[in-house]
Amino acid sequence: MNDDFLVFDHVTKRFGAMTAVDDVSLTIKKGEFFSLLGPSGCGKTTLLRMLGGFEKPDSGRIYLEGKDITDLPPNQRRVHTVFQNYALFPTMTIWDNIAFSLKLAKRSKEEIEEKVDEILEMIQMSEHAWKYPNQLSGGQKQRVAIARALVDRPQVLLLDEPLAALDLKLRQHMLIELDTIHDQVGITFMYVTHDQGEAMSLSDRIAVINRGKIEQLDGPAKIYEAPASRFVASFIGDTNFFSGEISSVDGDYCTIQTDGFPVIKAYNDKNLAVEQRVDLSVRPEKIRVTLEPPPPEKGAGINVFPAKVQDIVYQGVYTKYWIKAGDLRIAALKPHSRFLLDQETITWNDDVFVWWHPDDGYMVEVK
Amino acid sequence: MSSSVKSKKAEWLTTLPSLVWLLLFFAVPALIVLAFTFHAHTPNGGVGEWSLSTWRDLVDPDYPAIVWKTIRISFEVTFWCILLSLPCAYAIARLPKRWRALVAGAIMMPFWTSFVVRVFAWKTLLHPDGWLQACYLTWLRVSEWVFDWLPSFLQKFFVFIGFASQDRVDPMLSTVLDSEAAVILVSVYTFLPFAIMPMYTAAEKFDFSLLEAARDLGAKNFYAFRKIFIPGIRQGIISAVLMVFIPTIGSYVIPQMLGGTECILIGNKIFMRAMQNRNIPHASALATLMAISVLLPLGCAMWWKKRQELRDRKRLDVRTAQLMTGGAE
Repeated sequence: MNDDFLVFDHVTKRFGAMTAVDDVSLTIKKGEFFSLLGPSGCGKTTLLRMLGGFEKPDSGRIYLEGKDITDLPPNQRRVHTVFQNYALFPTMTIWDNIAFSLKLAKRSKEEIEEKVDEILEMIQMSEHAWKYPNQLSGGQKQRVAIARALVDRPQVLLLDEPLAALDLKLRQHMLIELDTIHDQVGITFMYVTHDQGEAMSLSDRIAVINRGKIEQLDGPAKIYEAPASRFVASFIGDTNFFSGEISSVDGDYCTIQTDGFPVIKAYNDKNLAVEQRVDLSVRPEKIRVTLEPPPPEKGAGINVFPAKVQDIVYQGVYTKYWIKAGDLRIAALKPHSRFLLDQETITWNDDVFVWWHPDDGYMVEVK
Repeated sequence: MSSSVKSKKAEWLTTLPSLVWLLLFFAVPALIVLAFTFHAHTPNGGVGEWSLSTWRDLVDPDYPAIVWKTIRISFEVTFWCILLSLPCAYAIARLPKRWRALVAGAIMMPFWTSFVVRVFAWKTLLHPDGWLQACYLTWLRVSEWVFDWLPSFLQKFFVFIGFASQDRVDPMLSTVLDSEAAVILVSVYTFLPFAIMPMYTAAEKFDFSLLEAARDLGAKNFYAFRKIFIPGIRQGIISAVLMVFIPTIGSYVIPQMLGGTECILIGNKIFMRAMQNRNIPHASALATLMAISVLLPLGCAMWWKKRQELRDRKRLDVRTAQLMTGGAE
């Protein structure tokens, strides 16, 4: 496997006074499903457009398979894009849309027919070949856009928020389809999204981007479980933050003196020293809410705090409790399952106990 | 059901005023003109008895040549207008939004001055002592040179359609004023806004990310322009062609004032017959002849295109069926 397949080397791009991409370096492996994840305006689309050749970096270079492609125009890069609005050519049939890049590459007539028919079959659109884009549904357009970009076997396929225009059910369906297509063609995919769910379920690795900089580059589980910064922790999923200072260290564990909250025990995997300021992130689904304190055999060595229920939000799969503990408002999730029926139902203004295992908190250093 | 009846009625009512208007001021006059052609004229300029004499008098050996010249010049004017307005429409549509309205307004600005005054201004610009005369002579030299360089069958074809002539022009005698070139130049100048506007309207609705997509898939800029942009604003181009071609066919002020004797078009002939010879039936017959010679080829072309489309669709259905069975195997 070629580890230096695609390299961004200290790439910077400014628009006027705004720095869209700020000295970004990153390396993408061949065949990888790589995601750029971040809020809108974070620079992820600019990164993608620079790779596509639509923007030129102010400084830094981009290399593809060892070749410097920074100054190449889009038509001389074997990098194809699936646009957010699909950008299918409305005056051409689906077949001609897909054949577009092959015709430009001056392939033989037989080869074009063979390849287009083959990919039409792969996306199960053979019977729609002679329709025009405005005769297709959103999901079908999406599949054609992907086929059009893939048929010429580009070195990298860029996907710019490809599912943003689809409704939820279709989006879930297309997620699976995208994954299947990636497995089938084995081409490097670079996927831009602001939807952490999409990025998590598809990617081999994710770069979380904020204000033009990469905050964290890791696998999906690592990004969720071990966020590198407060931004990553809050952008990827819900979380509760406890700000404070490490007051004592005891082996693998430490205690944190928090602002407006009692002392919390946490797993000190980074070997942080006493007096280090930290943000402790605890995901809502890791926090349990009960009317009784946990039994001693479970309760030993874990964090248990008395609290009061403020809001209850029923969300179908689970119920979300907003709980006042100390000066803080904590979110906790509770699934609906029969095995929880032994407990009494919790309602508004109940005095409850919140508890979680020290291993379930994750500390991010504050500089 | 009742609502659909109601909406039908409402639709009918809203179209009614324009329908009446068209009927009163277009269809009825056109029919009157047609009826005039089947009357004789009276010596004092009136319309006489029912007769076929007007159509018999129309057998003038000059007319076919003039009709053809009018159509050819209209084609040339349309061609130049479309060629010039394509990049204009593209450029305006790509401007920032607030600039677009400004530039579009600037294009319509000449209409604030009377058309006749503007044509008079061109008379000055095209004066034999002016720089446009020098340009014209150079243009003649270049086109003669190009003509000589062409293969002989093309030379013969161009001479046949009246686009070129075998005779060499004398630079001392040929002036840009009172020439065909002047008529084409000023017609292009006059009708260019009518070509730019519909094309710009279409281009404004055009999704420019399509050009980016084409570039992304390997197309050069010009290829993307040709294959994606031009088909994308097809409707605008069609209306631009109509907006230029139709008024040019009927134009008579420009050839009258700038064409001299070299460029007399059917509009001038109609004007002469109606206003100088006071022969209204003859003028009506000429107008009818012109309308037929434009509408007939147009109708044929539309019929042929429809047939072609039907045939294409049938062929595609066969191909789809093949694909489907291929997929099933």
